[in-house]
Amino acid sequence: MNMVVCVKRVPDTAESEVHIDASGKDIDKSRLSFGINECDNYAVEEAIQIKERLGEGTVTVISLGDKESDEVIRMALAKGGDEAIRLEDEAFKGGDGFAVAKALAAAIKGLEYDIVFTGALADDDGYAVVPAALAELLGVPHATYVKKVEILEPGKRAKVGRELEGGLMEFLEIDLPCVLGIQTGINEPRYASFKGIKQAAKKEIAIKSAADLGLDASEVGEAGSWAALEKFTPPVVGEMAEILEGEPEETAAKLAAILKEKGLV
Amino acid sequence: MKDIFVLIEHRRGEMRDVSVEMLCGAAKLGGTVVAVLLGKDVDAFAKKAAGYADKVLYVNDPLFENYNSEAYQKALSALVKEHGPGLVLIGNTAQGVDLAPALAVELGVPLVTDITALEMEGDKPKPTRTFYGGKLDAHFTMKDADLYILTVREATFTAEDPSKSGEIVKVDNPVTEDLSYRKFVEYVEPEVGEVDITQSTLLVGVGRGIREDKNMPVVEELAQALGADLAASRAVVDAGWLPADRQVGISGKTVKPKLYLAVGISGAFQHVTGMKGSEVIVAINKDPDAPIFGIADYGIVDDLFKVVPKLVEKIKELKGA
Repeated sequence: MNMVVCVKRVPDTAESEVHIDASGKDIDKSRLSFGINECDNYAVEEAIQIKERLGEGTVTVISLGDKESDEVIRMALAKGGDEAIRLEDEAFKGGDGFAVAKALAAAIKGLEYDIVFTGALADDDGYAVVPAALAELLGVPHATYVKKVEILEPGKRAKVGRELEGGLMEFLEIDLPCVLGIQTGINEPRYASFKGIKQAAKKEIAIKSAADLGLDASEVGEAGSWAALEKFTPPVVGEMAEILEGEPEETAAKLAAILKEKGLV
Repeated sequence: MKDIFVLIEHRRGEMRDVSVEMLCGAAKLGGTVVAVLLGKDVDAFAKKAAGYADKVLYVNDPLFENYNSEAYQKALSALVKEHGPGLVLIGNTAQGVDLAPALAVELGVPLVTDITALEMEGDKPKPTRTFYGGKLDAHFTMKDADLYILTVREATFTAEDPSKSGEIVKVDNPVTEDLSYRKFVEYVEPEVGEVDITQSTLLVGVGRGIREDKNMPVVEELAQALGADLAASRAVVDAGWLPADRQVGISGKTVKPKLYLAVGISGAFQHVTGMKGSEVIVAINKDPDAPIFGIADYGIVDDLFKVVPKLVEKIKELKGA
């Protein structure tokens, strides 16, 4: 079975302060660290595990992004990916999930694939658009929030579990080829071995522009998006927490006293 | 203004709250509100939806007994083409996210997902959504189109009392194709663990800030000192540091303890949705911009590894006294 995994390099903002830049449409990324989008990391692992379980097949890694995305691609190659394609063009910049899906679909159409894996959503924009939009563009079925994949018959059919609200799982059978949007927690992503990293460093990453993919600049990037970002603003929060000030010793004492007063200790 | 379609979401005999919320929100936008209900033996939901809508389009067919994105997509695109609404609202749920992007691509109309606020400029939506796990609001202008699709985050609109008595129109199932390429099999309930956190009075919630499995004793001691149970954010459960039945949030459990002490939890809405009903919320996080401080009653902005051990000491002192 041939598998394609779409990965995205994103800034890690989970525990960092986020500052809107002068344009009002982006954030200051100079002090942020970057890495693979969390769901995508699980998607890479799932593809590699399926290849290992079946004992055959290839995993092609695709990313839309500039040269810096190579680090994310190479890490996926180091873990067991076979080939890599990076989609790079000024025209791709500022695209929403739909614009990204169009570029990915154009690149994937020329490949032989049984399953395309993507993350269920991206940590930065949180659109959750790519898997279902990509499937529709490719004309294949899809499932999102996938937390279990069982290949019933290689190249023909799979059984997948989707995570619904409240921890409920929905199982469905789906024909291959298909697109699966992978949710975190489906597996345990491995660390790349030193040997794998060395081998991956030598692998070629094919670079494709919009023109290479037969796409007009008006179809992709900001021009090809469903909506335009006007501006970022700090979130409107309700009443903020009463922040307890001081050294850890003091703040801990203040909090303990509050819990006591409220009868919680 | 053209009609507004609102897709009614239901599962296993329950209509989801987001459906009523969207109907109430749509009513404020002007125009005719049409509830679209796809199901089998869900007449009760049609009646309920009619209390909030001007019209209910109801397809009753075994095809819709359980959710199937392909069946939903084909039915909705047929209904949209026949009735020509100007706006379609779909819940930003596991179902809506599976459905809406493919529907938008098929219809060739713009979609914005996971909206948290909505303004209209004439017939054109100007939605707001969040970026970076809730750290920023992003304001969008949609492309010009005859139809727009939005997926709406739960609690974006407020559910109100029913005030309408919409006409219920049963329509024939427009889907005739074979859709066996995607077939529902079964639902599987989450496993039940030793502790039912929905029944806990005191909870210590632990998040990504704990960093490593070997740091878990830091929060275990706190829970023990308080006599609390441990709950977790998605990241901690994904990493396997606590079992799945301890997960709080949209894809986990909804908890309402007397105290929810969130340690190293940023407060992404998926988590907050599951714990915001707690009586007293306390957050310890080193990031002052963490959204959790926006819903907490008390906060400590500091390194949890410095604060929590001190807090354990203080609580032990108080209990010993």
